[in-house]
Amino acid sequence: MSNTRRALFRSAWLPWALVLPQLLIIFVFFYWPTGEALYWAFTLEQPWGGGNAWVGWQNFAAVFSSEGYWHSVRISILYAASTTALAIGAALLLAMFVDREVKGSRGYRLAMIWPYAIAAPAIGIIFRFVFDPRSGVFAFLNQAAPGLWDPTLNGDHAMTMLVLAGAWQLVSYNFVFLLAGLQSIPRGLVEAAAMDGAGPLRRMRDLQAPLLAPTLFFLVIINMTDSFTHSFALVDVMTGGGPARSTDLMVYKIYSDGFKGLDYSGAAAQSIVLMLLVVGMTFLQFRFVERKLHYK
Amino acid sequence: MVERRPLLNLATHLLLGFGLLCLLLPIWLAFIAATQDVAGANAVPMRWLPGPHLLDNLAAAWTRADLGARFTTSMIVALGVMAGKVGLAMLAAFAIVFFDWRAKAVVFWLVFVTLMLPLEVRIVPTYVVAANALRPFQAILDITGLTGLVETLSGVRVALEWRMLNSYTGLILPLVATATGTFLYRQFFMTIPEELVEAARMDGAGPLRFLRDVLLPLSRTNMAALATIMFVYAWNQYLWPLLVTTEPQRSTVMVELSRLVPRGDGLPEWNIVMAAALTVMLPPLAVVVLMQRWFVRGLVATEK
Repeated sequence: MSNTRRALFRSAWLPWALVLPQLLIIFVFFYWPTGEALYWAFTLEQPWGGGNAWVGWQNFAAVFSSEGYWHSVRISILYAASTTALAIGAALLLAMFVDREVKGSRGYRLAMIWPYAIAAPAIGIIFRFVFDPRSGVFAFLNQAAPGLWDPTLNGDHAMTMLVLAGAWQLVSYNFVFLLAGLQSIPRGLVEAAAMDGAGPLRRMRDLQAPLLAPTLFFLVIINMTDSFTHSFALVDVMTGGGPARSTDLMVYKIYSDGFKGLDYSGAAAQSIVLMLLVVGMTFLQFRFVERKLHYK
Repeated sequence: MVERRPLLNLATHLLLGFGLLCLLLPIWLAFIAATQDVAGANAVPMRWLPGPHLLDNLAAAWTRADLGARFTTSMIVALGVMAGKVGLAMLAAFAIVFFDWRAKAVVFWLVFVTLMLPLEVRIVPTYVVAANALRPFQAILDITGLTGLVETLSGVRVALEWRMLNSYTGLILPLVATATGTFLYRQFFMTIPEELVEAARMDGAGPLRFLRDVLLPLSRTNMAALATIMFVYAWNQYLWPLLVTTEPQRSTVMVELSRLVPRGDGLPEWNIVMAAALTVMLPPLAVVVLMQRWFVRGLVATEK
């Protein structure tokens, strides 16, 4: 917080009154639930009533010793990494070429932005239809030889479908940031490089891409966190975690263990792990973006 | 453009066109399916040109998913979240930036930390709180022993309860409980020259007057930006409404859409499902296309 402002208002009660609504809401719906998750993670509800008993790290030990959990962690990382790579790669390519400002680039710009508005359940259902083994685009493969493409039976196919839908959703978000980043590069720099004989592709590789490093790093973190947390809707409408748990991502597993299995303590322990993961990545973002990746 | 490169320009158009095609293709296929009858939507190989059944399918989707009522619910939730964020965040940021008070830094961090943990990772306990929103206060009373004290003094056992399941407050409030907006306003308020505050004070304006007559008009673009982002965010919510609305007649469009697809092995009536999917994604799409400028500004500003 900067303390350089001198012209400030003073009042003993007014600032409190102004922040009170926000503080109340975040206390009830943010801090309390987070605290309660911690409490559940270290306690276990007694089967015959009588409240929760303290069990220490037992819930975590149970979670970490379960093969299903590690499977879920592995596929979550796989999902997050592939979605991020695909979404950022595609967006970078599109942004760089839109930034060349050929005729109609304004139109292209609008055309790249709208997918952000599409809800995850809607696009999830659409992708599920498009990749449906009986009526989708690849259905003809199954007529030739059954099972060539079947995300309802083949886990790899299901994961591919999920990654494509996830990346489709993130492309426009990344595009907005990358284009803003590209346009903040001083025109003079690009022109100077052109005078020195660097062609457009050379400039993209050696000038624009390095200057975009902070934006790219920021987007990697945001895309990863987003894939870890917001993938719930896609999984739920597209695969329901199946086939055979092959798309049972961490956030979906918390939901199914907590609400379907009614194992609050196990779900809470998993929530804590996911929270630490997300907080860790956010922290990394603040440290690096502020310190290392500035070229100014 | 820096130099003339006709060949590269052609390549640019090809590449951008291809990118566009990839983005549009799923929507196009959904649209085609929504214009077919059941047989047409399930035809192998897939049909690529529209059929004559669009209106029938839209009507069927509308009645089957009770979309009229669902649209009302979603609209109230989206507008509620939007208004809540735009309003509360502005008040909080105003207090944090323009007042000189001791707890300022602590309050700022308390609010700021909420940016780190999305609703999804604390979903189970948040649901339990929504089942009784006064649970935190009851627990505090129990732990501090106040419940027992009151009981011995007055003979009344304190049992606070406010069920939020299946209510608009339950749908809206937890979605408002993050700092996105507060942070956006804070960044903007920090850029306001302090001469403006001095001048306002010189003219005898108190803090609330300053908020209403100086900050509010200056913040209009930021408010529009935040409002578009929040509308889209709230309309597209899925996990939270799915949990909070246990009664089908209280749910939002997104939850209802997912219910159109049968669980298990039954073949969905894709033509009707696709018609419903296209219908429910229209409002946020319209907001983004019509408010493109504010939307892009809000997107960039809420994350920095």
